[in-house]
Amino acid sequence: MAEVLEPKVKAPSEPAFSKKNIKLLTDPLDGNNPVTVQVLGICSALAVTVQLEPALYMAAGVTFVTAFSNLFISMLKDTIPSRIRIIVQLAIVSLWVILLDQLFKAYAFEVSKKLSVFVGLIITNCIVMGRLEAYAMANKPWPSFLDGIGNGLGYGVILVCVAFVRELFGSGSLFGFKVFEAVGITYQGNGLMMLPAGACIVVGILIWIQRARNGYSEEA
Amino acid sequence: MKNSLGYIVGYSCLLTVVCGVVLALAAVGLKDKQDANIALEKKQNILLAAGIKAKDKVEAVATYEKQVVSYVINAEGKKIEGKKVEDVAIADEYKKPEKERLLPVYEITNAQDKSKIESVVVPVYGFGLWNNISGFVSLQADMNTIKGAKFDHVGETPGLGARIASEEIQNRYIGKKLFDGDKLMSVVMQKGEGIKYDSPYQVDGMSGATITGKGLNNMLTNYFGLYSKYLKAKKS
Repeated sequence: MAEVLEPKVKAPSEPAFSKKNIKLLTDPLDGNNPVTVQVLGICSALAVTVQLEPALYMAAGVTFVTAFSNLFISMLKDTIPSRIRIIVQLAIVSLWVILLDQLFKAYAFEVSKKLSVFVGLIITNCIVMGRLEAYAMANKPWPSFLDGIGNGLGYGVILVCVAFVRELFGSGSLFGFKVFEAVGITYQGNGLMMLPAGACIVVGILIWIQRARNGYSEEA
Repeated sequence: MKNSLGYIVGYSCLLTVVCGVVLALAAVGLKDKQDANIALEKKQNILLAAGIKAKDKVEAVATYEKQVVSYVINAEGKKIEGKKVEDVAIADEYKKPEKERLLPVYEITNAQDKSKIESVVVPVYGFGLWNNISGFVSLQADMNTIKGAKFDHVGETPGLGARIASEEIQNRYIGKKLFDGDKLMSVVMQKGEGIKYDSPYQVDGMSGATITGKGLNNMLTNYFGLYSKYLKAKKS
């Protein structure tokens, strides 16, 4: 994360990358991960992780959407009538998702075909709405923006981990490069890894590893 | 005041207008780029159907320019002069009555000798289970044997009907035949999966995707029928 190390931007009250703000970025990567700890966004984590490349684009896409939705909702939060706030949030999220979909179609056509409906379904990703309700509605724009990036990256990290395991053992390749063939091993792809069920098992194992390491347990 | 009816209505209207304008601008601004992508994909699919695998986009365009001769025919199999395949949208033609449809033809010529036709690619278009399905089928120079097929879909069920877009399914069509003598037989996907069919007019089905399979069959029968006059004339 090179940007965190860059010189601080001057702000009157609080530095832009204060300890608290950096925590917003790093917390969701580990201790408060949206997928493994909060168990949000599982659906797409199962769907788009057959290969690494689409998983990376999806991770970037969700980060983009959470960051900018958080930013805009936080900027608008004092004007939003509380009775229609969910609809306003949805409209803002949809706006960014459709923009993202259009951009993918224009600049990453192959990937947009692979992700197909799942780009549109970012709208229903619980992480996005969850962060809007839990964070952006009560915090200033800049911390909200960082919180969005942090949570998007937290989701992305898990996505890439799952895709790594699935592509390696499912098709014997990484980013389409045949790893096993390159080292001279004949590898028959594991069909289970190609199916959502395989992803479910990988996500489950990741959750187990992470919780065992952090000592996290669900409250009774 | 923030929760008064007037404010809520006004707020919603303003939000809708702003979002609408932004999206409309994005759609218009990116349209050229998106259309170019779609056109390129079409060229790649035509080549793939003919069994030519280009290693990248540039090579695909170069091969297309060099080896593909395209023109438009009518349902009578007659060439329509002055009409370009680029101007024919197959999805729009699909809505017209069969007799009025414009039918694009892509001849794949020999890489060295342009007068020699290696195969002919025709587009196909139809309806699967949830949405439209489409594709390209290439025929060998005998205008009867299928050389290759490339199918695509909009919204078939992943893992079931969406398998029509996989090479596994498409390869089942290779070597199958359209005509028995002069009679159009088409190639029919059967129900059930895992059976080997010796008949040149039958292919193994897709388990769990019978309706997509039926759509595929209707699409092929429909379009082979439309092109049959042309193909017969071309053969003789």
